[in-house]
Amino acid sequence: MAEEASEGLAFHPMEPFKIHSLFGEGPIHWYTPTNVTLWMAIGLICMALLLVVGTRGRAIIPSRMQSLAELVYGFIHKMVEDVTGKDGLKFFPYIFTLFLFIVFSNFLGLIPLSFTPTAHIAVTGVLAILVFVTVTVVGFVKNGTHFLGLFWVSSAPLALRPILAVIEVISYFVRPVSHSIRLAGNMMAGHAVIEVFAGFAPVILMSAAVGVLVTPLSVLAVTAMYGLEVIVALVQAYVFTILTCVYLKDALHPGH
Amino acid sequence: METEQQVAEMATDAAHGAAAAVPMPQLDLSTFPNQIFWLCVALVVIYWMLSRIALPRISAVLADRQSTIAGDIAAAEDYKLKAKDAEAAYEKALADARAQAQKIIAETKAEIQKDLDAATAKADTEIAKRATESEARINEIRAGALEAVEAVARDAAAEIVVALGGQADTGALATAVGARVKG
Amino acid sequence: MEGSISEFGQYLGAGLACIGLAGAAMGVGNVAGNFLNGALRNPSAAAGQTATLFIGMAFAEALGIFAFLVALLLLFAV
Repeated sequence: MAEEASEGLAFHPMEPFKIHSLFGEGPIHWYTPTNVTLWMAIGLICMALLLVVGTRGRAIIPSRMQSLAELVYGFIHKMVEDVTGKDGLKFFPYIFTLFLFIVFSNFLGLIPLSFTPTAHIAVTGVLAILVFVTVTVVGFVKNGTHFLGLFWVSSAPLALRPILAVIEVISYFVRPVSHSIRLAGNMMAGHAVIEVFAGFAPVILMSAAVGVLVTPLSVLAVTAMYGLEVIVALVQAYVFTILTCVYLKDALHPGH
Repeated sequence: METEQQVAEMATDAAHGAAAAVPMPQLDLSTFPNQIFWLCVALVVIYWMLSRIALPRISAVLADRQSTIAGDIAAAEDYKLKAKDAEAAYEKALADARAQAQKIIAETKAEIQKDLDAATAKADTEIAKRATESEARINEIRAGALEAVEAVARDAAAEIVVALGGQADTGALATAVGARVKG
Repeated sequence: MEGSISEFGQYLGAGLACIGLAGAAMGVGNVAGNFLNGALRNPSAAAGQTATLFIGMAFAEALGIFAFLVALLLLFAV
């Protein structure tokens, strides 16, 4: 890699994740409109197109957009109901919000030269902390101190329980970390790998002999990774959502 | 292209290496407030959009569809029942008609039978009358024939007696012939 | 090529960290394979367990992502 780099190959695996101000070059304050703002706004517009404009007909026999919107609605609704039970349904808008934000960010991030908010640990971290705080608050409000029974495994032998309690507490607090890093890491990894493979493509411009072999391979690899990323984009949104549901179930029914 | 820029970058950054030249934007803490702010804005807007517009609308549409389907199924059930009733009525009408026809056939048959019986009886009496009449006539004719035979026999006997040269005694002859004819 | 010993360590460490991805690959493969194994024995119960499958895969994969993250941190953030 070093040898090729000295010949002038450009590897910018971190380039797509750069945050820059949309207007001007100034420092990025908390209110500065950046490409984060831009791509979140684009995601919002797409959501509005799907869920508000698509369903404006309120047709009994749905149009394509409306049946897609209903499909997504039904998918998440069923997931929430299956995993958390009937009483989890009041969190459905909240979970649906998370799912939509993640899935649209992931998919819009697959557009070349776009920006993926969910590849940023700050964004996924906030999402995961939101889930963590919600779950903890709901757990204590619904069950009071019974919620602590989640950490006290009553089916284990008495001697083991304190040790298990420590492990359970640690795993409880590690949840938001793994929850956020899983999503951000998946997004970042896929995009960085595509970027690295794409970096090999211009080899043909420098050396025709090597490039004949390397360039088609790199294009093929980018295509394959892109296909994988499409699946990953959906699966990670699904996983984030279903884990939220699972955590919420722990908060609503800590006994089982 | 980018390659030249990269070469230039490599030249300037050669001292502290490529790694330090491209830090991870994800760990750039100075952009965190910006991202978090805009994320919160986005989430609030999405939540508002979903809970105010999209979700009530979609759930209303789904409920509507559910009730429409249920209504249609109920209506179909109704129609099915009606069809069943109609079928039963049809069956009943058919059976009635069949019974009526059976009755008419039986009545007609009975009437025909009565007529036939009457005609037969009349014919029988006629036949019987004719038969007795014929019998009477036959008896008459037979009696007449017997008398004729006797008369002819008497006459013949008288002629024979005369031809033989005797004297025909009418009384004796009549008794003799009568005895013979009867015998 | 020139470079410091710390740079050498960074690259070496990043490469070593990527070995962890093999573990994640095995883990995910194990989850999927065992799921398929069970699903083929009892296909009627398989549909209800796909959520569990994805959760299991996500847990297995998260640890691989941690390894990848360590590699990235070594390359770009140290």
